[in-house]
Amino acid sequence: MALRRFDLEAGGDTFAFKPETEEKIAFWRGKYPAEKQRSAVIPLLWLAQKDNDGWLSEPAMREVADRLEMPYIRVYEVATFYTMFRLQPVGKYHIQLCGTTPCQLRGAESLKEVCKKEIGNPMYVTDDGRLSWEEVECLGACVNAPMVQINDDYYEDLTEDSFQKIIGKLKNGVEAQAGPQVDRINSAPEGGTAILTDPALFDGSRNEVSRLPNLAEEKEADAPDVSPAGKPEESAPTNTKREVPEKSNTGETTLISNKEKEELVGERPETVEVTADGQDDLKRIKGIGPKNEDALNELGIATFKQIAAWTPENVDWVEDYMSFPGRIEREDWIGQAKTLAEGGETEFSKRVDAGDVPSSQDDED
Amino acid sequence: MSDTFKLNIDGKDIEVPRHYTLMQACEEAGAEIPRFCYHERLSVAGNCRMCLVEWEGAPKPIASCAQTVGDMRPNRDGSAPNIRTKGDYVDKARNGVMEFLLINHPLDCPICDQGGECDLQDQAMAYGRAGSRYEENKRAVEDKNMGPLVKTIMTRCIQCTRCVRFAAEVAGVEEIGMISRGENAEITTYLEKSLTSELSGNVIDLCPVGALTSKPYAFNARPWELRKTSSIDVMDAMGASIRVDAKGDGVMRILPETNEEINEEWLSDKSRFVWDGLARQRLDKPYIRENGRLRAANWGEAFAAVKEALSVSSDKIGVVAGDLIEVEQAKAALDLFRALGVKSTDCRPAGAKYGTDGVRERYILNGTLAGVEEADMLLLIGTNPRVEAAVWNARIRKTWLWADLKVGRIGEAADLTYDHEWLGQGADALTNIRDTDFGKALASAERPMIVIGEGALCGEDGEAVLASALKLANEVGAIKDDWAGFGILHTAAGRVGALDVGFVPAEGGADTAAILSGGMKTVVLLGADEVDLSGLGDSTVIYVGSHGDAGAARADIILPSAAYTEMAATYVNTEGRVQMTSRAVQPKGEAREGWAIFRALSDMMGKTLPYDTADALRGVLRGAEGESTVFSGLGFAPGVRGIEALKQPMTSASTTLTSVSFGAVVDDFYMTNPIARASKTMAECSALASALDTPVAAE
Repeated sequence: MALRRFDLEAGGDTFAFKPETEEKIAFWRGKYPAEKQRSAVIPLLWLAQKDNDGWLSEPAMREVADRLEMPYIRVYEVATFYTMFRLQPVGKYHIQLCGTTPCQLRGAESLKEVCKKEIGNPMYVTDDGRLSWEEVECLGACVNAPMVQINDDYYEDLTEDSFQKIIGKLKNGVEAQAGPQVDRINSAPEGGTAILTDPALFDGSRNEVSRLPNLAEEKEADAPDVSPAGKPEESAPTNTKREVPEKSNTGETTLISNKEKEELVGERPETVEVTADGQDDLKRIKGIGPKNEDALNELGIATFKQIAAWTPENVDWVEDYMSFPGRIEREDWIGQAKTLAEGGETEFSKRVDAGDVPSSQDDED
Repeated sequence: MSDTFKLNIDGKDIEVPRHYTLMQACEEAGAEIPRFCYHERLSVAGNCRMCLVEWEGAPKPIASCAQTVGDMRPNRDGSAPNIRTKGDYVDKARNGVMEFLLINHPLDCPICDQGGECDLQDQAMAYGRAGSRYEENKRAVEDKNMGPLVKTIMTRCIQCTRCVRFAAEVAGVEEIGMISRGENAEITTYLEKSLTSELSGNVIDLCPVGALTSKPYAFNARPWELRKTSSIDVMDAMGASIRVDAKGDGVMRILPETNEEINEEWLSDKSRFVWDGLARQRLDKPYIRENGRLRAANWGEAFAAVKEALSVSSDKIGVVAGDLIEVEQAKAALDLFRALGVKSTDCRPAGAKYGTDGVRERYILNGTLAGVEEADMLLLIGTNPRVEAAVWNARIRKTWLWADLKVGRIGEAADLTYDHEWLGQGADALTNIRDTDFGKALASAERPMIVIGEGALCGEDGEAVLASALKLANEVGAIKDDWAGFGILHTAAGRVGALDVGFVPAEGGADTAAILSGGMKTVVLLGADEVDLSGLGDSTVIYVGSHGDAGAARADIILPSAAYTEMAATYVNTEGRVQMTSRAVQPKGEAREGWAIFRALSDMMGKTLPYDTADALRGVLRGAEGESTVFSGLGFAPGVRGIEALKQPMTSASTTLTSVSFGAVVDDFYMTNPIARASKTMAECSALASALDTPVAAE
């Protein structure tokens, strides 16, 4: 930012607002109470600048000061503080070239060269009075960098060539199309949209009846901490070789599996029809919480006997399905199930029966 | 919530009012806080960051000038917050600020007039680092024009904005501002126009660096070479406290001294820059007119001529005392002329109608200058304080700005720098004031104040104006047991003192207008230059004064006297406050103190005055042991002590007014007395001001 001073010569002695501006002035002044009319100084300076071919002359500034009954020096301070007020004449098309980092990285420097070549030094007005330019700080369109503002419009995604073309048009008095200068709508991707292109996304066909887990008829919500014996590390997922998003690392695995059934390794275990009375409380097995129990029930696994009879292939399949490889073996579900199926008890099942393991209880409350 | 707040400053517990700033609290605790932008008589800007202190627990150093104590919170355990104004943390913070301030400040102290009395210099010594680490180019700023009084070297500016705030808040002329921003920020007047304030010189004192310095004083002297003498200003009737800085036998500059009751710490431009007038147009030896030309003479010749001139009938002698007459001269002259039987003595060159009845309360400003801060309504009659008492005008403005004082004015319309209700041009407005809204508000006001200027008292019915204003004051409750809201604002430093010694026509004597109308054989002018001398005809004129001005030009005999910086003399200000000047330099050439001239003359005339020294004269003024006169005490204003006298109506004058309009007392602020008229600086200011006043042709 160079020193900013009024061009007193070019400003002449007089300035008058255009008749049609009066309405806008009244609008802005109307926003502030009578004793705070000074607050309208920036809008009024802006209107004066618009009525004065894009720059603020000294008489124009005085006119604003007189209207708002402000000392000239106070308005002068405002006018020199904000670079949006230009104190020297500008061309009919005044180019504000953004030179801040994002634009600079995307080639603003070369645009400056174009300006220098086509127009001249900053704030120099071409002989025909059409063009002038200056470098400004960020105009807030970094996503379309590099960009310039010409009068009230943004010209974005410029290259040396496209910028040169715009300047060429303006030089000849032809308006140039504002906005991005590449195949792009506003700041949408170049060449059109690349994501969310499937029409099915928008015709309703993807909609499924989804069940919210905490609806009233649902049996359970997300169980909180389920580290069965207070040893979280034991049940924590230890394997991340599968690209499955983990919802949490609380130890309770999720039901989510994007894998198609045929991709699962191993062999699906035998199933029975789950009925309320023929069902064992699988939660008595260490490692099976309410969620896993539900999942197993859905698979048609409801009794200790079934689990006790699993082959290694069955184990692989279940683990794969439930996305916790190695866990069944590690927690010895089959051993536990055998004991329980024979009517025996394990250390864990005793505690479950005594109600000491909250995560193994049906949370009906 | 209690009104006070406890703090622990440098380990010392202290309790201060909640509205205090942290800086005030620290100073209360005895800590010294460096600052540039902060000034106790201006609003807080908080932009120099020099006053940083450490607040234990705060994430950053605190700018103490901008932190109100009441907004602070105690420590978690409820104990008083701990502030440290010393120590590594604070030192480092200030050191950093100092380094930044000096980045763009030029190292031109050897050629800077501020050198030796520069805040930046002093604080850089105390808080700064030894050298600069800055290797880039310093910025340079173009110097600005601010008129004939303020010289600018803007590269030195550190953007404290004290001058901006002073102009906007105290002087009331929004003419200085900071334009642009960031590194390009500059202090300037609008398009470099000259300042139009009568108080503009104060920005020189306010500027903590050498950016704004005194133009007339530029490169004249270094502060450590100057002999500094505390004294009293006589450019207006306020009697502001000043310091006269002299080198050799010349006054080099005049600065204000703080006096809360009179001038706070400001000084008007006339008082500050008049000093070059003390070295010009001086009468340094007696002159006698021979064959139409003045020739230098010695005192013996001059006294012989005076004796001859005074040997006419005492009825044919008139004496007029001017605006700058000191009490001692007035007393000695009056004693001598009364001894000679002269009745026509007057100290009111403009012919104001006061002082004849000898009631002191009817010619002083009983409300006092500082008293206006307690007033809620102020009525100015025939006075424009902006030019008659510029510093007091700033005080009125301050009260208007911060305490909502309502001001009404009768007289010529003028810009007083604050909003006021203009009630009319002349006596009509005073007659009808009770019918106006302002008059009604005046009657219901708690502490109304009515101030009359010479402009209202110089006309034909000046006495009636005074009487009706006094009546009004009694009616609206401006005069109560604890409030003396009535008084006269004088423009001449010597007037109240001369009235106090009774320098008015004796029974049967003529007043100024009559003395100067040509009927007198001999007219003695005691520094009276602001009078119309054209009617004197072939009277012999004896002029006693310090400057060759209108009076000396007409004089037949000139007796040179000392100016106010050259003698210890008593002046009584408009409030009735008795003060003394000090001798800063010797009188010029053969000039003598005024009283001594008349003491010597009294010997020649065979009427030897009963005092041989100024002290003896002042002893006479103070009165005998146990007796109390107005001169008994120095430096206090009587204020409400005279309340009983004010309650008495003026019986000598009617209160019926004609419709005379009140004129301006001061045509040209910069040219009110012979010293000012001799000053080049004042001439420059005057020329500039009159150029501004010239109406521009309608567009």
